[in-house]
Amino acid sequence: MKRKGANNTYFGNITEAFDTLISGLKTTWKHIPLARKKRSAKNVDSDKYFEKQEGLFTVQYPRFEMPVPEKGRYQLHNEIEDCIVCDKCAKVCPVDCIDIEPVKATEEIGKTSDGTPKRIHAAKFDIDMAKCCFCGLCTTVCPTECLTMSQDYDYSTFDITDHNFPFSKMTEKEISDARADLEKAMEEKAAKARKKAENRATSESSEKSSEAAKPKAAKPKFKPRPMKKKIDSDTDDNKKDDN
Amino acid sequence: MISFLFFLGFLVFYGLIAIYAERKISAFIQDRYGPMEVGYKGLLQTFADILKLLQKEHIFTFAADKPLFAIAPTIIFVAMFAAFAVIPLSVNITGSAVATGVYYALAIVSLDILGILMAGWGSNNKYAIIGAYRSVAQIVSYEIPLGLAVLGVIMMSGTLDLQEISLQQSIFYEGATKNAESYLFGLKFLGINVGKYGGILSWNIFRMPPLIIGFVIFFITSLAESNRAPFDLPEAESELIAGFHTEYSGFRFAVIMLAEYGVMLLTSFLAVVLFLGSWSTPLPNIGALKLADWTSGTPGSISADLWGIFWLCLKAMTLVLVQIWIRWTFPRLRVDQLMNLGWKYLTPAALIIIFIVGLWKLALL
Ligand code: SF4
Ligand code: SF4
Repeated sequence: MKRKGANNTYFGNITEAFDTLISGLKTTWKHIPLARKKRSAKNVDSDKYFEKQEGLFTVQYPRFEMPVPEKGRYQLHNEIEDCIVCDKCAKVCPVDCIDIEPVKATEEIGKTSDGTPKRIHAAKFDIDMAKCCFCGLCTTVCPTECLTMSQDYDYSTFDITDHNFPFSKMTEKEISDARADLEKAMEEKAAKARKKAENRATSESSEKSSEAAKPKAAKPKFKPRPMKKKIDSDTDDNKKDDN
Repeated sequence: MISFLFFLGFLVFYGLIAIYAERKISAFIQDRYGPMEVGYKGLLQTFADILKLLQKEHIFTFAADKPLFAIAPTIIFVAMFAAFAVIPLSVNITGSAVATGVYYALAIVSLDILGILMAGWGSNNKYAIIGAYRSVAQIVSYEIPLGLAVLGVIMMSGTLDLQEISLQQSIFYEGATKNAESYLFGLKFLGINVGKYGGILSWNIFRMPPLIIGFVIFFITSLAESNRAPFDLPEAESELIAGFHTEYSGFRFAVIMLAEYGVMLLTSFLAVVLFLGSWSTPLPNIGALKLADWTSGTPGSISADLWGIFWLCLKAMTLVLVQIWIRWTFPRLRVDQLMNLGWKYLTPAALIIIFIVGLWKLALL
């Protein structure tokens, strides 16, 4: 065995220097002719992905994209037709980047592709991808599996507000119509309830039942439930922040 | 005059090519693409960069020593460019035919260090001044083996004139000088006069085999001379940002950059002229195959000029490529390792080479 390192002799150092320098030059030289080979577009899922690949390793990105795994965490996508606006995703999101504004429908407005009835309009369904931390929690809680992560990862923009992706397809008019319908329905319901209560009061004149009827009558004046809950959770968060 | 115009144009052209080559080779060695966007396969990238540099503002730092800072790039460039004056281009074009060409070239290239010191001092920046100090320390240890390696050649050829040294290594030697004899490996008793064969056999390293080691020493020291890796301590990007030219911007930076690549070319030219047959062809005459005659042209005609320039530039460019290849292979030496190499290894080796060359010449020629 050849001795290596600092305890070599004077001439030992010289020969070792030449040996190592030349093997170094050989190593780098080998890469130059290999530069004709380009990188193959093997997916990371492929068995051969970790096999030794020779030649250029980098890719010219916008012109050549390496395929990404199917189940990666990239840009979020909401198939709004399948969304039942259950608000679960917004609640679970750790950074609060999903902004939903639900408007209750007066009747069933359709069915999702898996047959779940839809009863709430999504007046607003915004995901701010600039805030998203790609934890993927929202996609796991979604009951209809309409919220997924697509394979799209290149969505850089010049303006950060462009990172807010709106998914709601409702027009202003549709929203206001839906709201008006809801108001009307609520009013009718309230009127009915009032009538009922009056009827009951007159027929039975019992204190208990009138007490139970009163809050029911007052309810329609509040905003729909999901929204209210969202506000609650917001205030909770604020409190936490203060601590 | 022809020589001046040629070198001025060639230097700029070479700058563009060499920087492109450097980027591409480094990229290939590291399994990357290198420049690909501007022009075909990025060929015009350097050109675009130079255009950008020309438009940039000259920034003077507040504490800079302004006159020194401003003039330093000029001194660096002029010192480098002036040395090209003595490089012969072909059998007819001798450049400036000074009898002490080698001496002049070595002396004027050493002026370069003055510019570097001015740049480092004038910047009033700690990185710049450390870079400049290192450069000075480096030159002190490297000029000596460099000079000694060249001395070996001078002893063998008996002249300081670069054109004369070139002639001795070509097939035109016998025609040009009387009682000219050059023997294979400098061994007279073999009785092979390589003057007739020309080509690679008449190069200095084959006329005097010890000079092969001399050439290696010259090449190593020329890397240090042009501040290239593994001796790029004055610039040491990872430690000193850019060393002595940290504070430069715009055109002045471009000039420094060009001067650096110019020194690479200059030392390659000198190595070629002194050791590798200068402008003469590497192909020898073999019997009826008069390869050397065919690839040398006739002296006095334009064909000889074209062949001369072609061979000289080809050889020099090959050396430049080797310099680039070395840069992207070896890590930088530490300053004490550098001194160690310069004083303990290269200087004694160069002295021994001189001694052997002397003996060889006395005993065998
Ligand atoms: S991936 Fe995580 S951070 Fe992004 S929207 Fe879904 S829950 Fe929120
Ligand atoms: S969890 Fe799914 S269905 Fe529910 S609101 Fe979010 S995206 Fe819509």
